[in-house]
Amino acid sequence: MTYIVKPKNHHPLLERNNLGLTRRDYEGAVSTLCAGCGHDSISSAIVEACFQLSIESYKVAKLSGIGCSSKAPAYFLNQSHGFNSVHGRMPSIATGAAMANHELLYLGISGDGDSASIGIGQFVHCARRQLNMTYIVENNGTYGLTKGQFSATNDLESKSKYGDDNLFPSIDLPSMAIQLGASFVARSFSGDKDQLVPLLKAALSHKGFSFLDIISPCVTFNNHNTSTKSYDYIREHNDSLSRPDFVPSGKEIVTEYKTGTSIDVPLHDGSLLSLEKLSENYDPTDKIKAIQNIQESQRDGKVLTGLLYADPDAKDLRDILNVSDKPLNEMDRKELCPGSEKLEGINAGLK
Amino acid sequence: MNKINSINDFVIKFANVNGSGSASANQMFAKGVFRSGIPVSPKNIFPSNIQGLPTWFEVRVNEKGYLGRRDGIDIFVAMNPQSYQNDVSELKENGYLIYDSSWKRDFGRDDINIIEIPLTELCVKEFTNPKQRLLFKNLGYVGLLASILKMDKDIYVSLIEEQFRGKEKLIEPNVKALNIGYNYAEENFKDFCEIQVEKSNKTDGLILTSGNDAAGLGCVYGGATVCAWYPITPSTSLAESYSKYSEQLRVEIGTDKNKFAFIQAEDELAAMGMTIGANWNGARAFTATSGPGVSLMSEFIGLAYFAEVPTVLFNVQRGGPSTGMPTRTQQSDILCSAYASHGDTKHVLLIPSDPKECFDFAVEAFDLADRLQTPVIVLLDLDLGMNDWSTKEFEWDDSREYDRGKILSRDDLDEIERFGRYLDVDGDGIPYRTYPGTHPEKGAYFTRGTSHDEYAGYTEDGTKNAEMLSRLLKKFQTASSLVPAPVFNQEKNTSSMGIIYFGSTDCAMQEALDNLQEQNIKIDAMRLRAFPFNLEVWEFIEDHDLLFIVEQNRDGQMRTLLMAEGGIIPDKLVSILCFDGQPITAEHITDKINAHLSGKPVMAAS
Repeated sequence: MTYIVKPKNHHPLLERNNLGLTRRDYEGAVSTLCAGCGHDSISSAIVEACFQLSIESYKVAKLSGIGCSSKAPAYFLNQSHGFNSVHGRMPSIATGAAMANHELLYLGISGDGDSASIGIGQFVHCARRQLNMTYIVENNGTYGLTKGQFSATNDLESKSKYGDDNLFPSIDLPSMAIQLGASFVARSFSGDKDQLVPLLKAALSHKGFSFLDIISPCVTFNNHNTSTKSYDYIREHNDSLSRPDFVPSGKEIVTEYKTGTSIDVPLHDGSLLSLEKLSENYDPTDKIKAIQNIQESQRDGKVLTGLLYADPDAKDLRDILNVSDKPLNEMDRKELCPGSEKLEGINAGLK
Repeated sequence: MNKINSINDFVIKFANVNGSGSASANQMFAKGVFRSGIPVSPKNIFPSNIQGLPTWFEVRVNEKGYLGRRDGIDIFVAMNPQSYQNDVSELKENGYLIYDSSWKRDFGRDDINIIEIPLTELCVKEFTNPKQRLLFKNLGYVGLLASILKMDKDIYVSLIEEQFRGKEKLIEPNVKALNIGYNYAEENFKDFCEIQVEKSNKTDGLILTSGNDAAGLGCVYGGATVCAWYPITPSTSLAESYSKYSEQLRVEIGTDKNKFAFIQAEDELAAMGMTIGANWNGARAFTATSGPGVSLMSEFIGLAYFAEVPTVLFNVQRGGPSTGMPTRTQQSDILCSAYASHGDTKHVLLIPSDPKECFDFAVEAFDLADRLQTPVIVLLDLDLGMNDWSTKEFEWDDSREYDRGKILSRDDLDEIERFGRYLDVDGDGIPYRTYPGTHPEKGAYFTRGTSHDEYAGYTEDGTKNAEMLSRLLKKFQTASSLVPAPVFNQEKNTSSMGIIYFGSTDCAMQEALDNLQEQNIKIDAMRLRAFPFNLEVWEFIEDHDLLFIVEQNRDGQMRTLLMAEGGIIPDKLVSILCFDGQPITAEHITDKINAHLSGKPVMAAS
């Protein structure tokens, strides 16, 4: 994870957002991932989403585990604190951090090895606790840093670069996330920026556990013609549920979709995710149907993408634990220490 | 028949079936003695089981304040026929055996005094509810004890009233049960027993509580706002104590919202991850666990050490290795705590010896963790953590501020040209840190467990990494001047022999030292309270030719740590060990010392 600082020369005519910042202000260090890696496209989609949402970078905490995906936080949002933790354990770090200060935006970047194998327990319980964060799995079906072993999201019919058969069925993380109680679940493809950016914007605006499974081909170890996570395969088999459009709060909703073909998902901050329905049987607020849609498309050899499920009114962990509105990390001794008088009472009760 | 005769100095043991409600009755007996003004040390010796297996409860009553375990039972309340045979053999000659004579029994000993009470028959006669018939046998024998020991029965009536405050209906049948035993003894065993509890004032300024309860309260006073934990005996009640006291003391007036987050994690790994995440983000957070949990947390402990994130961990030690003896006590996680995790790591340890110190060190742990930006592990053990001790009252100085260590604010960052997370600006090995969300343009950095330079950037430059490791060592040296100093038994060393001990062994040691003095054996004593060892520790070792090191593990782990860290020659350090899962006794310590001095080798034994 070499740390290369990019030169910062802004062209005077670069587009600026509401904060007066350009896209360049949301970038990170130069990526050291392989040329053509899907993860870099995701990083640039994150830059784009944060730019468009006028997010203050320093109010974001970007967290990751271990692996190629987990290097990615170094490549966007230079002004954010980052935490590259241990393999599969990003969710617990995020949980503790979010309890300390709920006012930051928590963006977790994980991979399929990190989330579907070593860290599956933490993924499961983080979703179940409905931590208010955006959790991205950059899913390439392989262990890149250790040179191409199968991961648990690799499809049974997929072969390795070296022709080995994959012996075990894949774990479908979005289905799991829906079952576990995640309140925003989407799948996308690193090569489909038009779909990915609005979904990212919606995920970042959603209150609760937002999960994004992003198929992100590994150009070095899993992009061959017997892989089901290659650029070609995904392009051919991508079955998009909807064409998303993100409408920020306060903006008039203008969609070009015909009546009856669009669905609006309201988000916590007042913004809307407007979806053009591509499938008749589509209702993103119906949990059971969402799982059915995923399984049917799997059976048909397709990769279902788009917003799969959303519960706009979900509670998050802080609501459930009834934690105060003032961030815990801002409370001082006067607010936290009960003092000597109370202690005398406790002493008296222990006699 | 001869009878043991004593006032305010005896050991009573209860044998029960676990899950029968006996522990709270036994606890009540102990508290009654405490309220009579005599220090007690109740010890619950329980199986890793919920219902049906034998369980014991030992109470040492000692006016001098000796709270360590003592072998030899003066009074045995044998309520479990499953364990009669062994139980009766533990009773001292001329001791007293109390048993439920609803089923008469010959115990085959003619050197003991037997007190028969048909508890089952009496309870069946007095109560109709089958549950009550069983449960109230326990209070029945408490009543009997109050009578034969000539205690003030009203103390127990008050304890019952306090226990059932808010559930007043339950007071009457409980008092009735107490009276069943009391009245039976008054009629049948008046003046029979020559052991007595006489009112005293030796508990003035003392409270009766456990180390876990005290440490949980200390975390509230120390400003901890996040507790992430996973259930494991014997640490569970520490986290629960934090939760209990937080609910009493930390709820916002007006909103009813919590000024704390209490999270039961999915495992110890997650518990430690949450603790690190919260501390990284500027909250004071802790977790509590026992040996197996420490093994699981070790990877994360290494991350916190290397990335320099403050972290507080309570390790309430139990019998190991592996799953070991989950409900028995040991001090056998010293090395695995001091050096937890792979690579070169060393951690600050705090070792309290009684509940009052558990409270104090809990508070201290957060200050040290923040000041040093490193994991601080507080080592308790099952005996200290789960049993009630007669301990000094908790104290708090309202002028005490929290030491949050070196944290840069937005204004501080404005003054700095370039922030370097791991720059040793002050030369003490401790760098400055920033919380996420502090400044729009400055102070952001990447926390990582990979090798990094002063600016937190990834590096594979071996020299840089070696520099970082050396600075961490320097920081550890700084730690040795900040951690609690050892406690000495003497103002000035007077002997060529010394004894080193720590933690819950303290109570047996006070008694052992008095006994040695009576035997005219001169020996200086030092109680360790922290790692890294500070200068006074090394001076004490330097000052003596021979040192006994008393610890409750097989391998002499503290001895190993002293040898490793101070280059002490092995011959100088003689181990006195106890690792049978029972708290060490004073007699064990004095016997081993006497054996060594008479030329017999000290065997590792129990």
